[in-house]
Amino acid sequence: MLLIDVWAILVGLAMVLYVALDGISLGVAMLFGMFVSGKERSVLINTIAPVWDANQTWLLFGGGAIFAAFPVVYAVLSSGLYVPLITFIAGLIFRGVAFEFRSESIRKRAWEWAFFLGSLVAVLSQGMTLGGVLTGVVVRGREFAGGPLDWLNPFSVMVGIALIPGYLMLASAYLVVKTAGSIQDRAYAIARRSTLLVLAVMAIVTIWMPFHYPLILTHWTGTPRAYFVWTFPILGLLAAWGLVKSVRKRRTFAPLVCAIVLFLSGYLGLLASLYPYAIPPSVKIHEAAAQPESLLFTLWGALIVLPLVLAYTGYSYWVFRGKTGEEGEGYS
Amino acid sequence: MLSDPLLLSRLQFAVTIMFHIIFPTATIGLGLYLVIIEILWLLTKEELYYRMCRFWGRVFAINFGVGVVSGVVMEFEFGTNWARFSALGANVFAPLLYFEVLTAFFLEAGFLGIMLFGWMRVSRPIHFLATCLVAGGSILSALWIVAANSWMQTPAGFRLEGGQFVAAGFRAIIFNPSTLVRFSHMVAAAFETSAFAVAGIGAFFLLKGRNVAFFRRSMGVALVSAVLFAPLQVYLGDWSGREVFRYQPAKLAAMEGLWETNTASGAPFALVALPDADKERNAFEISIPSGLSLLVTHTLSGRVPGLKAFPRQDRPNVAVLFTSFRLMVAIGFLFLFVMIWAAVLWKRKRLFTQKAFLWTLVVIQAFGWVAVEMGWVTAEMGRQPWLVYGVMRTSEAVSPIRPGNVVWSLALFVVIFFSIGASYVYYVLRAFWRGPDMESPIPHLQRRAGLRILEGSSAPPADA
Repeated sequence: MLLIDVWAILVGLAMVLYVALDGISLGVAMLFGMFVSGKERSVLINTIAPVWDANQTWLLFGGGAIFAAFPVVYAVLSSGLYVPLITFIAGLIFRGVAFEFRSESIRKRAWEWAFFLGSLVAVLSQGMTLGGVLTGVVVRGREFAGGPLDWLNPFSVMVGIALIPGYLMLASAYLVVKTAGSIQDRAYAIARRSTLLVLAVMAIVTIWMPFHYPLILTHWTGTPRAYFVWTFPILGLLAAWGLVKSVRKRRTFAPLVCAIVLFLSGYLGLLASLYPYAIPPSVKIHEAAAQPESLLFTLWGALIVLPLVLAYTGYSYWVFRGKTGEEGEGYS
Repeated sequence: MLSDPLLLSRLQFAVTIMFHIIFPTATIGLGLYLVIIEILWLLTKEELYYRMCRFWGRVFAINFGVGVVSGVVMEFEFGTNWARFSALGANVFAPLLYFEVLTAFFLEAGFLGIMLFGWMRVSRPIHFLATCLVAGGSILSALWIVAANSWMQTPAGFRLEGGQFVAAGFRAIIFNPSTLVRFSHMVAAAFETSAFAVAGIGAFFLLKGRNVAFFRRSMGVALVSAVLFAPLQVYLGDWSGREVFRYQPAKLAAMEGLWETNTASGAPFALVALPDADKERNAFEISIPSGLSLLVTHTLSGRVPGLKAFPRQDRPNVAVLFTSFRLMVAIGFLFLFVMIWAAVLWKRKRLFTQKAFLWTLVVIQAFGWVAVEMGWVTAEMGRQPWLVYGVMRTSEAVSPIRPGNVVWSLALFVVIFFSIGASYVYYVLRAFWRGPDMESPIPHLQRRAGLRILEGSSAPPADA
C-alpha cells in the first residue's frame, strides 16, 4: 500500500512539474496575442527554445508513469477522454513544429499562428480533459463505459478557460526574468492582471466543483484532512499577494517564484482533495495500480534517474541563464 | 470499414507509426554522424568540420522536432485505442515505455538545447558531451521501444493471471529472444539510411558545383559509414530472418510466400510470386530450389513450415508481407552493391568525380526510408492477427470506444501529418538549397601559441 501511495505522489509531482514547466511554454505562445511584432515574437520564442522540449518531456513521463503505475487509470481515462486528449496532442503537434518551421520559413506569420493557436487549443483541451475527469467518467468493471462526449459540460469548459490566465501568469513572470526593456515592462503589467484573473477563476472552480462532485465537500470539511487541504488556498493567497507586491517593486525572480507557488497551490490542493480517488467517484488509486513487482522496478528507476534528470535540466537552464536577445543564438 | 473500431484503430496506428518512424531513423543516424564530425573537428580543428556540425545539426533539429511531436501521439494511442491491452498488459509492457522516457527522452531533450544553441555558451568538451548524450539518448530510446515491440513479437518473462499479464522477470522481458537482433537491425538501418541520405545530398551538390568542398567532405564521411553498415546490415537482416523462422514461423512463411511444408527436398526461395490467399497457393512463381531452406536452416533440405501448417485465422496477410519483405531486401542489396562500386571508385580515385556514381547516389538517397518502412510493415503486419504473439489477439485489445471517435481522429491525423510532412519536406529542401553558413563566427579555439590559423587555407570559398 505504501508503494502505491509513493507512486501516487510521484505521479502527482510529475504532472505538477509538467503543467508548471510546459505551462510557461504554452503561456509564452499565447502571449503572441499581445506581442505582435516579428522581433518581439522572436525574443519570446527564443526564451523557451532551448528548454521547451525538456519541459514537454514531463508530459511523456507523466503519461508513461500513469501507464506503468496505474494502468487502469491510463486505459479508462484515455479511452473515455479520447476527444479532448487527441485534440490536446494535435495542438501540441502544431506548437512543436512551429519552432523549427518558423525559423526556416519566409512566411513567419503562418507558423506564428500555428504556434499561438496550437498552444491555445492545447491549453483549452488540457483543461477540458481535467474538467472531464472531475465531472465523472462512467466506469463499468475496470473499463470505460460512457459516450464520446461525456466530458463536455459547462464546468469542463470553464476549467479549460481557467487555465489560460494561469499559464499567462506563469509565462509573463518568466518573461520578466528572461527579457528586458519594453517586453519586460509589459510582462510586469500582464503578470499583475493575470494574477487577479487567476484568483477569480480559482474561486469560481472551487465553488462550482462540489456541484459535480459532492464527495469533495466531505474531503474539505472532515478532519484531519481539512487541515492539510486548506493550507493550499492559504498558500495560494499568500503567493498572489507576493506576486502583486513583487511586480510593483519590479523584482526579477520573485514574481516567477510566486507565480509557480500560486499555480502549484491550485493543483496540489486539487490533488489533495481528490485522494484516494484517481477517477472520481468510481476508481481509487489502490484499485488501479499495477502489480507490486512492476511498481518497485519502475520506482527504483525513478529514484536513481530522476535526480540526474533534475540536475541536468537545471544545468541546461543555467547554461541559458540571463536575458534573451533578439539576435544571435536561437531562432531568427 | 468505417464502423469497425478495430480496423480503424489499426489503420490509425499504422498511419501514426509510419509517419513517425521516418524521423527517429534520421535522428539516430544523423546523431552518430554529428558525433563523428564533431570528433573530427576537435581533432583536426578544421573549420569545415565545424560548418558541417552546424549545418547537419540544423537538419537534425528539424527532424527531431517532427519526431518528438509525432512520438507524443504514439504514447497516448496505447491508451486511446488499445485500452484493453493497456489495462491487461501494463505490468509488463508499460515499464518499457516509462524507462524510454526516463532514461532516453529526458537525456535527448535535456542536452538538445546545448547541442543546438550552446556553441558559444559552453566549452568544447562540454558541447561534445552534449552531442554524444543526444546521440546516445536516441539510440537508447531505440533499445527500449524495440524491446517493447520485440516483447510483443516474442513474449517472454511473464505469466497470465485471469487474463492479466504479470511480470515474472524484467531481464527476460527486456532481453526477450528478439530484442537484440531487432535492435541491431533497426539501429544499423538508421545509420545506413542517414549515411545514404547525406551522401546523396552531397552528390547532388557536387554535380551542381555548389559548396563543393563542404559537400565533398560531408559525402566522404557519410560514405565511410555507409560502406561499413551496408554489409553489416545484410548480415543482421539474415540473423533477423532466422530469428523470425525460429519464433514466428507463420510470419516467415508469409514473408516467403511459402504454402506447403517441404517434405522430401528443401523449401524453395521465391524470387517473384503472386500469392493467392483464397486458393492457398501462388498464382505465379519463379523460385530457387532449396533456397529458403539454405537461408533459414543453413542446410539444403531443412524443414520450413508452410502457411498451410497454420489455421487460416492465425495467418498474416501474405500478399503484403511477401512484397514488403522483398522490397526491403532488394534495397539492402542495392545499397551493398553501390558500396562495392564506391570501393572500386575510391581505389581508382574517381569517387567524387564519376557522374554515373554520383547520380546513382542522388537517385537512391531516400531508398533507406522505404526499406525501413517496408521492414516495419513486415514486422508488424507479420505479427497479426496477434497483438502479443500467440497470446493476445489484436481484436481483444481495442478500446471500448465508438468507431466515430476513430474516424474523426484518423481524419485529423491524416490532415495534420500531410500538412506537416509537406512542410517538413519543403523546409528541409530549402535548408539544403540555402546551403551551409560559411561566415558566422566560430567558437573560440584554444590554439597553442604559433599554431596556424586554418581559416582560408582549408575552407574554400563558398559557391566555387
